[in-house]
Amino acid sequence: MSEQQPKIPQTKPRFSATFDESTMSEIRRAAATGIYDIRGAGAKRKVPHFDDLLFLGASVSRYPLEGYREKCATDVVLGARFAKKPIHLKTPVTIAGMSFGSLSANAKEALGRGASAAGTSTTTGDGGMTQEERGHSSILVYQYLPSRYGMNPDDLRKADAIEVVIGQGAKPGGGGMLLGQKITKRVAKMRCLPEGIDQRSSCRHPDWTGPDDLEIKIAEIREITDWEKPIYVKIGATRPYFDVALAVKAGADVVVLDGMQGGTAATQEVFIEHVGIPILAAIRPAVQALQDLGMHRKVQLIVSGGIRNGADVAKALALGADAVAIGTAALIALGDNDPHLEEEYQKLGTTAGAYDDWHEGRDPAGITTQDPELMKRLDPVKAGHRLANYLAVMTMEAQVIARACGKSHLHNLEPEDLVALTLEASAMAKVPLAGTNWIPGVTGF
Amino acid sequence: METLIFDLDAKPLREVNQFLHGDASGLNGKAFVIENPNGAHSIAVGLKSDIHVTVKGHAGYYAAGMNQIAKVTIEGSAGSGVAENMMSGMVHVKGFASNAAGATANGGLLVIDGDAGLRTAIALKGADVVVGGSVGSFSAFMAQAGNFVILGDAGEGLGDSIYEAKIFVRGKVKSLGADCEEKTMNPEDRKILADLLAKSGHAGVNPDSFKQYGSARTLYHFHVDNAGAY
Repeated sequence: MSEQQPKIPQTKPRFSATFDESTMSEIRRAAATGIYDIRGAGAKRKVPHFDDLLFLGASVSRYPLEGYREKCATDVVLGARFAKKPIHLKTPVTIAGMSFGSLSANAKEALGRGASAAGTSTTTGDGGMTQEERGHSSILVYQYLPSRYGMNPDDLRKADAIEVVIGQGAKPGGGGMLLGQKITKRVAKMRCLPEGIDQRSSCRHPDWTGPDDLEIKIAEIREITDWEKPIYVKIGATRPYFDVALAVKAGADVVVLDGMQGGTAATQEVFIEHVGIPILAAIRPAVQALQDLGMHRKVQLIVSGGIRNGADVAKALALGADAVAIGTAALIALGDNDPHLEEEYQKLGTTAGAYDDWHEGRDPAGITTQDPELMKRLDPVKAGHRLANYLAVMTMEAQVIARACGKSHLHNLEPEDLVALTLEASAMAKVPLAGTNWIPGVTGF
Repeated sequence: METLIFDLDAKPLREVNQFLHGDASGLNGKAFVIENPNGAHSIAVGLKSDIHVTVKGHAGYYAAGMNQIAKVTIEGSAGSGVAENMMSGMVHVKGFASNAAGATANGGLLVIDGDAGLRTAIALKGADVVVGGSVGSFSAFMAQAGNFVILGDAGEGLGDSIYEAKIFVRGKVKSLGADCEEKTMNPEDRKILADLLAKSGHAGVNPDSFKQYGSARTLYHFHVDNAGAY
């Protein structure tokens, strides 16, 4: 009879934090295909964000407003610097630029319906203006992009404002792409391209380089539209102080600043996750530039990239923005990534909540597709109603917070209403770490 | 034909442009002369009526930008982006043109008697562009549609990443861009070229003295084998 050996304890298999499951799967995919991964949406990594800020609310030292009785205004006027016809929104939550081509016609119509019901604006994208969105958008911002796909002076005149796009948060310095699956006959015709090809959009404007030229370009657009339309300049968040200052110098009425969480229809994963900065880090330098030029509240600042609820809206405004824009959140409100489509997401090798292959045109929700059968799944009236509801909720949530801080207008929120939960957020947003007077880089500990 | 004269030394350009944007029924068929342009930017931009505007001198950036229907003659040289995004009509530059002439133009005819700078006809979307002299580098970059005639030479990277635009060059091409190749001129293309030569004041030039270039269409789809081409 042999003596029983004592069992040796085994180290539990340990996964690498560096080589996590997602990283390893991407290495295998890259090794198998030899080409980078392309996807839609914005940065998915965790970055310092509005969740890292808190409002202080009123107490003995501050006086709140009665939530159900006292007015807290939410309207915003955009473009009064030079435009004869500035636009007036009922809520500071706008819909960001998203193209027909990347989105279905029904999705564009739904965005227009929802935004119009809420008294706010929606925005075209690469590829031009469709009748669906012009017809259903009471206030439509027309994007003027490097590719100039579908760019038409008649549409320029039909727009309520014009947004000169320099870049976007998901890919500052990068051009767009729309893969062949989505270049249908209609999309190809609008963009003057062969049907079914993989379309590239330029990263630079074709007829100007640098801020001095931009000033002349903006003046040309103003001349063409008889100085009626507000002109926005949209930039991806990278060097916000200098870029905002140059946009103001170039004559912008409004600056749109998009953080790295802002979505895209299709871009390389490595670009989305590794170029640009979070919106939280970009707002204060942008506001500082406006203040240094004496232009804060004269040139309006719209910020975007990861805005999800009324708290995010209130925080963005408290940091000095005049309005926000939503893209990904608006698509979710329409029905994107909805769990009721889980079975179909599984067939695409993904799961509800993680679907981001928007460029492939197989969206079961009928939003990021040009497939006629899939498109039919999105009822633009019902989806527009959902978006209107969501916009109303965001606006009311922001009002709840503003009243609690004693503000009769969302624009009266200020950095002094905020504290930060983390050192990073404190340094980026330049508000004190909660419970202290310390702002890293600004005040001594 | 009734001709109205605007003197930019006396009248602000904004007022001139707004007048020229007036109701087409009141403008159609009329001729206008702009004196003392002195290189001002955005002269005669956004026109949309059947009018003829003559600019007596040099124009700055974006002259006749986004033109529709109108005819604009510049009796001098033009700055960057002349006739950019033109939709229809005709723009005639009797001198030289700077960079990005005819950029993204969708329709109409741009004629430049002299040389043109860098990126001429960049991202061309359907217009016809005829340059009597030579063009700078990176011309017809990502040109999508339309016809581009160069009676002189072309610089580096002609037609880089070109789509379906057609390029005709009479002189030398310093180099072709990615995915641009020489084509055999078929009778249909020869007729297009001959018509454009006639319309642009070069009727005596033999179309057979040109070489044609266009897309090799190898970069129409993203593929790992094409990575080196970019």
